[in-house]
Amino acid sequence: MSPATALPARAVLEYRLIKYRQSWRSATFNSLATPVLLLVGVGVSVGSYVNRHGALGMPYVEFVAPGLLVSSTLQLAMTEAGAPVFNSFHWERSYFGMIIAPARAADIIAGELAYLALRMLPTAVIFTVLMTAFGAVHSGWAIALPLVAVLVGLAGAAPMFAYSASVSSVSMMVVMLRFGLLPMTLFSGVFFPITRLPAVVRPLAYVLPLWHGVQLSRAAASGVGAAAAVCGHLVVLLLWCAAGAAVAHARYVKRLTP
Amino acid sequence: MAAALLVRTLLGDELQLPRAAAMTSRNVTLFRSARAYGALLISGFAEPVFYLLSIGWGVGSLIGSITLADGRQVSYLSYVAPALLASSAMSGALAETTTNFFAKLRYQRQYEAVLNTPMTPGDVAFGELGWGMLRGLLYSAAFLAVMVAVGATTPLRTLAALPVTLLVGLAFGGFGMAVSSFMRSWQDIEYILAVEFALFLFSGTFVPVQAYPVGLQVVVRATPLYQGVQILRGITLGGPSWALLGNACYLTVLAVVTMAVAVRRMRRLFRT
Repeated sequence: MSPATALPARAVLEYRLIKYRQSWRSATFNSLATPVLLLVGVGVSVGSYVNRHGALGMPYVEFVAPGLLVSSTLQLAMTEAGAPVFNSFHWERSYFGMIIAPARAADIIAGELAYLALRMLPTAVIFTVLMTAFGAVHSGWAIALPLVAVLVGLAGAAPMFAYSASVSSVSMMVVMLRFGLLPMTLFSGVFFPITRLPAVVRPLAYVLPLWHGVQLSRAAASGVGAAAAVCGHLVVLLLWCAAGAAVAHARYVKRLTP
Repeated sequence: MAAALLVRTLLGDELQLPRAAAMTSRNVTLFRSARAYGALLISGFAEPVFYLLSIGWGVGSLIGSITLADGRQVSYLSYVAPALLASSAMSGALAETTTNFFAKLRYQRQYEAVLNTPMTPGDVAFGELGWGMLRGLLYSAAFLAVMVAVGATTPLRTLAALPVTLLVGLAFGGFGMAVSSFMRSWQDIEYILAVEFALFLFSGTFVPVQAYPVGLQVVVRATPLYQGVQILRGITLGGPSWALLGNACYLTVLAVVTMAVAVRRMRRLFRT
């Protein structure tokens, strides 16, 4: 895989940003509304019932907020790496324009990833500020929360690029979001500790990126976490990014080479 | 005769059931002929089941049981299940009458072709609503089977619950169609989704409405999904009260009014 070159990758990024300008209001509104509503609707209100039993040893909103942060960027990134990417291959076919522009597959993927990072960063920053307002932040490490959130998003988006470049029907996007993203969001320790999951399915949570993101995010928000564990989670997330990007690259090359 | 007159007064349009059924059967044909689309549509029932397992069972294990208004204790899973049933009826109806309806209305322009036949906008609207109801019925029946399997209700009670899910679907189907007839572009869908998600979370779904601040309680009690949650919870957990008839009236009125708006809007859009 040849490294991306700066100029074409930047052009791809600019292309996405110009398109985003048409719909940023509604898109930003939704990507913020979802985690905020969950923070209040689940974190605070369901939390008032969870707290009566004290099974977690901390207020529920503090438990759930860091997880909501990373799962919201993951959702944003995987959705954006889904139908819009399929669109660029099949209907709009803008990738075929880029590849003769000339931008190489690596440039396109680099530009797409940079765009997603830019998309996620503001919502992650705003949500981190909100978390602080809800008293879910207890450490200076919280400054790293938006970066953790972006990393988790990229760890989900990179393999999603590979997926979107491989499938032949847009319906497959719904399949991935319904049977990949949704269960991952619901069973990766965002809402309840995965130690409560049956032992059979727990390994799946350990392999998927979100659980590692949730653990990292919780460590950054509370300031409590062993250095070795934090490094381990970081490594897994970076591996997902790298492996995802590598497979995506292979798929893009195959698809875009005449 | 009286019914036809009532429909005409409410909708300002003629409605003939066979013609509306033709509209519905168009969707049924598509569902049956396009295998992948059909499988995808059926798989939609998995979403509320995932929520039931995650929030009802997973978070429920941190909560234990919850006390009902009449003092009975039920497991958190049983408490959440009827609310998820109501919200799945809502989202099934909204999916069909917002995204899909809007696509056919503005982009695929299917109704323009349909209205060149003797079909009226009323037939189209009710035919599409009928399809939304069929789809919702599928999801509700599947979810009720899951509820029985996990012990959240009894088989007999599901028989009473199923028609109520249809009523919820009717109300939201009409609502979705009326709203999407005013939509300007795809971006507006994002706002509908946000409102839908807010209703999903704040309709006494996951906690009793009494747990909310008083101001929010008043708002929640006035919203449509809350009515469906109340009725279905009363039925599936046992001990329904006459007050539930009030909730049912609310949903009926909402269905009638929003369908009247939707049909009028369609007449206007197509100038028939």
